[in-house]
Amino acid sequence: MSSNQVLVKVEQLKKHFPITQGIIIQRQVGAVRAVDDITFDIYKGETLGMVGESGCGKTTAGRTILQLYRPTEGKVIYDGVDLTTTKGETLRKMRRRMQMIFQDPYASLNPRWTISRIISEPMRVHKLNSGKARLERVKELLDLVQLNTLYLNRYPHEFSGGQRQRIGIARALASDPEFIVCDEPISALDVSIQAQVVNLLEDLQNRFGLTYLFIAHDLSMVRHICNRVAVMYLGVIVELASRDELYDNPLHPYTQALLSAVPIPDPKETRARQRIILTGDPPSPIDPPRGCRFHPRCPIVKDLCSEQVPEWREILPGHWVACHEG
Amino acid sequence: MDPVLELINLVVHFHTQDGIVYAVNGVSYAAEAGKTLGIVGESGCGKSVSVLSAMRLIPEPPGKIVAGEIFYQGQDLLKLDKAGMQDIRGKEMAMIFQDPMTSFNPVLTIGHQISESSIVHFGIGQKEARQRSVELLELVGIPQAVDRFDDYPHQFSGGMRQRAMIAMALSCNPSVLIADEPTTALDVTIQAQIVDLIKDLSERFDMAIIWITHDLGVIAEIADRVVVMYAGYVVEEADVFDLFENPSHPYTLALLKSLPRVDTYSSEKLATIPGSPPDCLSLPPGCPFAPRCVYAVDQCRHENPPLDQSSFEHQIACWVDITTGRER
Repeated sequence: MSSNQVLVKVEQLKKHFPITQGIIIQRQVGAVRAVDDITFDIYKGETLGMVGESGCGKTTAGRTILQLYRPTEGKVIYDGVDLTTTKGETLRKMRRRMQMIFQDPYASLNPRWTISRIISEPMRVHKLNSGKARLERVKELLDLVQLNTLYLNRYPHEFSGGQRQRIGIARALASDPEFIVCDEPISALDVSIQAQVVNLLEDLQNRFGLTYLFIAHDLSMVRHICNRVAVMYLGVIVELASRDELYDNPLHPYTQALLSAVPIPDPKETRARQRIILTGDPPSPIDPPRGCRFHPRCPIVKDLCSEQVPEWREILPGHWVACHEG
Repeated sequence: MDPVLELINLVVHFHTQDGIVYAVNGVSYAAEAGKTLGIVGESGCGKSVSVLSAMRLIPEPPGKIVAGEIFYQGQDLLKLDKAGMQDIRGKEMAMIFQDPMTSFNPVLTIGHQISESSIVHFGIGQKEARQRSVELLELVGIPQAVDRFDDYPHQFSGGMRQRAMIAMALSCNPSVLIADEPTTALDVTIQAQIVDLIKDLSERFDMAIIWITHDLGVIAEIADRVVVMYAGYVVEEADVFDLFENPSHPYTLALLKSLPRVDTYSSEKLATIPGSPPDCLSLPPGCPFAPRCVYAVDQCRHENPPLDQSSFEHQIACWVDITTGRER
């Protein structure tokens, strides 16, 4: 269960990817502002959901927190240590404690490696266990993710999508981490397999007291699995609240539109609902709109919205929102 | 009302190096004008293959339509020659694909690609075709359609590309519009826009829509009638309200139970379906769902239940009555 102890503190984190022009003399002509100033905490033992549409920067945020991308600005304080200024051996030691599960179970496993080698790789990197003990640990991990230990010497192509995702989970657990970034772990899976993987992730969390950052675009699944949810739009977090608070009392107009657009598997209710249909598409993160980034599509836009960036404030205890309204 | 498009006992196989893939095994369904038929199922269940067969877009070889009939307004499409089919494809029956990026030719302008089918099918000139295409782009809600006509596909966003594809499909006023996972690659807010657009167009032009998806939420929103497919078989077919109220095939029931909902929270664990869908290279004898089914009885493992078509309202292919847990 989640506690009040902060495990990861993200402060004004920015990640900009440069756009360059020229072949020999490259000069920077702009930047994709994938993550542009986000601040939030992740508590020990909780599942924090991060939702938003494609291109909103949720995956970049996850990777920047893990230092897979070095941030342009800002801090990531993990258990008291600022990861952004750490490097070399110290950082490697920290990396053992945080892992990632990827979206595509086909692309994230090396096709030439056996399952045993894939799962033992984190142990090799972090010099954990050796020889027989390492093999025993691999078997134990396969057991944990409910895969047959006889599969040890098989290759990824011999497995189905759901099984591969289990292998990815076993690999993430191999270094005995406390924090796992799950980057859309179920979106590539069939409906009947999604529930299996979600239940497995929940079991593992209860068993080992793991902390998850669960990146997803399926808002129904996020409601099921997360304790708190952050909504991202074009590189910024627009709203953050506990699960029921966010779903029952969304305050940001983008969150309201997003939630109302999710179809409900019940024809009577889904057809009776009032939906807020946004017009147009999200703008480009290269040249985001001035003021509030959502203002060109916002149904309740005011003059102020196009001039001033709304402040990130706590409107109700634990309920943060960035909007001039309310 | 007579159906516009009807598939009867369609059987499609693919001959591959590993053996015969039994992709579609005796599938029947019908689409009516002004109505939306939803086909739902997981990847590899044969939902796309069945509609591609109706469009005669199955590559032969390796594919082969082994048996069955496909009637479009009383005419058996499987008996048509290549030229005859070309007159129908794109003109009478049009299709929208899942991935709007790969379905457009990247080196031709959007306008060129939309005009093409009206030039081919109606024999109209460039100028007239251009005017028509601009009207179509406006119809599907593309702003500044006159200027966007000469844009290339990469200049459009995902949602706009899908709109352009719908414009292309509508260019010859088809009576059947087949949408193969048209919103799967899109974000939810864009998905809502596209669902609304197609709903509106179907009513305005009295088109029959066949909407293929794996998302039961989208089905609940758009379909009038639903066909549930599993491993190349239709396992359940019913009116959309009836299906969600009384799911009667163990597979449909299990799918619905495994879905979390955005409007309510339950602390209970999600119900799961054990195992994974069967490999269509080697289907189990008996009911293909039996190895994963909690209701399975002995008969299920030996004999595949036929789709009970005695009542049109709600058809089920199952030996067991799941309300009692006993054999029917």
